[in-house]
Amino acid sequence: MSAEAHTGKEHHGHPRLQHHFESMAQQHEASSLGMWLFLTTEILFFGGLFVAYTLYRWLYYDAFIAASEHQNILLGGINTAVLICSSLTVAMSVYFSQTNRQRALVWMLVITMMLGLAFLGIKAVEYHEHFEHHLVPGDHFQLPGAPHLAAQAQMFYVLYFFMTGLHAFHMVIGLGIYAWLLIRAVKKEFGPEYYSPIEAGGLYWHFVDIVWIFLFPLLYLIGRHQ
Amino acid sequence: MERRHQKHNQELETESARMHHVTPPAIYFGVFAALMALTAVTVAVAYADLGWLSTPIALVIASIKAALVILYFMHVRWSTHLIWVVVIGSFVWLGVLFVLTFSDYLSRGITLA
Repeated sequence: MSAEAHTGKEHHGHPRLQHHFESMAQQHEASSLGMWLFLTTEILFFGGLFVAYTLYRWLYYDAFIAASEHQNILLGGINTAVLICSSLTVAMSVYFSQTNRQRALVWMLVITMMLGLAFLGIKAVEYHEHFEHHLVPGDHFQLPGAPHLAAQAQMFYVLYFFMTGLHAFHMVIGLGIYAWLLIRAVKKEFGPEYYSPIEAGGLYWHFVDIVWIFLFPLLYLIGRHQ
Repeated sequence: MERRHQKHNQELETESARMHHVTPPAIYFGVFAALMALTAVTVAVAYADLGWLSTPIALVIASIKAALVILYFMHVRWSTHLIWVVVIGSFVWLGVLFVLTFSDYLSRGITLA
């Protein structure tokens, strides 16, 4: 941290201004740009799974419809609402940083983490149901009602577990990022001049929300009316 | 030199103003309400008998929700052109991934002559 103290003196700027940036605004923009470039790779990372989903759904359409009928639409819907609520608290965490409301900022981060944990808890209940109903691909896979489609329906559940699993993994990483932001927010490190980590963490969290916005209709709702 | 310095300071000030664009909470709550309402609509549409239109409608609703999150929650609406280029570029590449993959798979049964 000695480098920061050094640049602080040299530029007469904010102590958080890194020496290779000219202003806090430039530093903030570079941070957001870097995060967006990372999200580009994330979009293509998840994009590969969405391509695989689209292809197999086209090839095994009837099996995908039959398989998706075993999804718990209520829990999936609640989880969608939970994530939208968490996106609101994340957006408000940026607002409270910008307006220097330190206590409110800490609360937003705490509520975001609680909503993230609630999402993972509900997801765990769903996974437990899938195990009990023999919907995990493998030797014990069963598709009551359409046993002749069981082989192809396994592909739906392979993609389901990969897509929601990768999404849940991102939620776990997001919780780690928010734990780190919370510790720094408790120390009152953020404010109107310096909130780039809150903004960048928020970009990540919102991205994970967007992935779920597409997963919910594609994995839960396709077979509702056929 | 003095003029250049002044111009530079002005640039820093406008840059600073952009950084400190404070999105009013009313906008955040409005977007939140829209996202919740669109979630309800997408569930309702799934139960309605719309034939082959079901999936396209569900994807259009999901895209509107994603656009709201990107423009307002992720502040892209008030971001620099450089960030716009990266955001739009991301989806262009996603489009390339889909178009090239499916131009292969969907044309495999086609033979000339």
